[in-house]
Amino acid sequence: MPLNRIEFDYLRNLVRERSAIVLDDSKEYLVEMRLMSLARLEGYDSVDELSRNLRGKPYGALHAQVVDAMTTNETSFFRDLHPFETFKRELVPEILKRNEASRTINIWCAACSSGQEPYTLAMLLHDGFPQLRSGWRVNLLGGDLSQEMLRRARQGLFSQLEVNRGLPAPLLVKYFQKDGASWQVKEEVRAMIQFHELNLAGAWPHLPSMDFVFLRNVLIYFDIEMKRQILRKVRGVLKPDGLLFLGGAETTLNIDESWERVQSGKTVYYRIRRDA
Amino acid sequence: MKALIIDDSSSMRMLLGRILDDLGVQHAQAGDGREALQVLENDGPFDFALVDWQMPVMDGLEFVRAVREHLPREAIQLVMVTSVNQIESIVEALGAGADEYIMKPFTKDALQEKLALLGIELGP
Repeated sequence: MPLNRIEFDYLRNLVRERSAIVLDDSKEYLVEMRLMSLARLEGYDSVDELSRNLRGKPYGALHAQVVDAMTTNETSFFRDLHPFETFKRELVPEILKRNEASRTINIWCAACSSGQEPYTLAMLLHDGFPQLRSGWRVNLLGGDLSQEMLRRARQGLFSQLEVNRGLPAPLLVKYFQKDGASWQVKEEVRAMIQFHELNLAGAWPHLPSMDFVFLRNVLIYFDIEMKRQILRKVRGVLKPDGLLFLGGAETTLNIDESWERVQSGKTVYYRIRRDA
Repeated sequence: MKALIIDDSSSMRMLLGRILDDLGVQHAQAGDGREALQVLENDGPFDFALVDWQMPVMDGLEFVRAVREHLPREAIQLVMVTSVNQIESIVEALGAGADEYIMKPFTKDALQEKLALLGIELGP
């Protein structure tokens, strides 16, 4: 039985009042799926019944559990999948040849939130390129504005809902351990990443020259002038032959013409034009 | 694209059915592993199955083992969709021949992402 409209509206208003997070109509499944387990645990036959019960009472512990269940971070491991497939299949093998002399690879996730993106890259490198563990130096940096996100990212602790998102089951069992209701990335992978505070719109710290910069799904939050400034600063930290990854809905086109767009299958990445 | 939903809870079968409807996937349903084997035989082939673990008569793990024993690996992709959330259990399911593993509760996005890992790209 689909969730009753009145109950869905009540539940999303509850979430909005308490967390400022807006759940649109497409999130009805999420509400029902996440709350079905909680409803059963609390002895209700359905999410509707749970909701009806909550409506009649002042805000309490059960209301808080409902809000918590609804407001988990929505990002995923291997987000969009194909950039990581291209990275593994084409770009890492290329960089292994190109950087054979220095035996160093520098990678920066410039807005890494709770860490899914750098952990994805770390697992992918650890699992797919064991040669990197002897004689190579991989500097994998994850920056974010939020202290809370950085604290979570450093811990490498993820909820069950989060490890369900995009993470292949074989990598989950290989690189995570259960810690109560949470899942923690194993030390060998956590140790591969250095997290640091960074305001993209402010002054940037000194960073090593990067082979890869991941700046995905963050430019969308800035106006065009700030996008231009950020892209200019990225040019400053990339090696001349380094590569930039943006989110699927983002581009350098009509913002900063110093970039060349490269397409490989479904994956688009950018490099600095030779004449820029 | 055609899928088989195997779960002893009728509300979970309906919910999964609605998600697959939204993703444009035809689907059939079964309430346990033995019934699912019959549906596979009578109404197959299916591209993938969403398999609950704890079910009466024949559970999800037994179903996975039976399918892998009797059908070629490429015949169908098997995704465990279950509340069982211990690492040893996930290892056991993968060892028995499951291709992917989702822990309940999960979202439509999570299901789409897991299927994409298996090369099944659905929806926008």
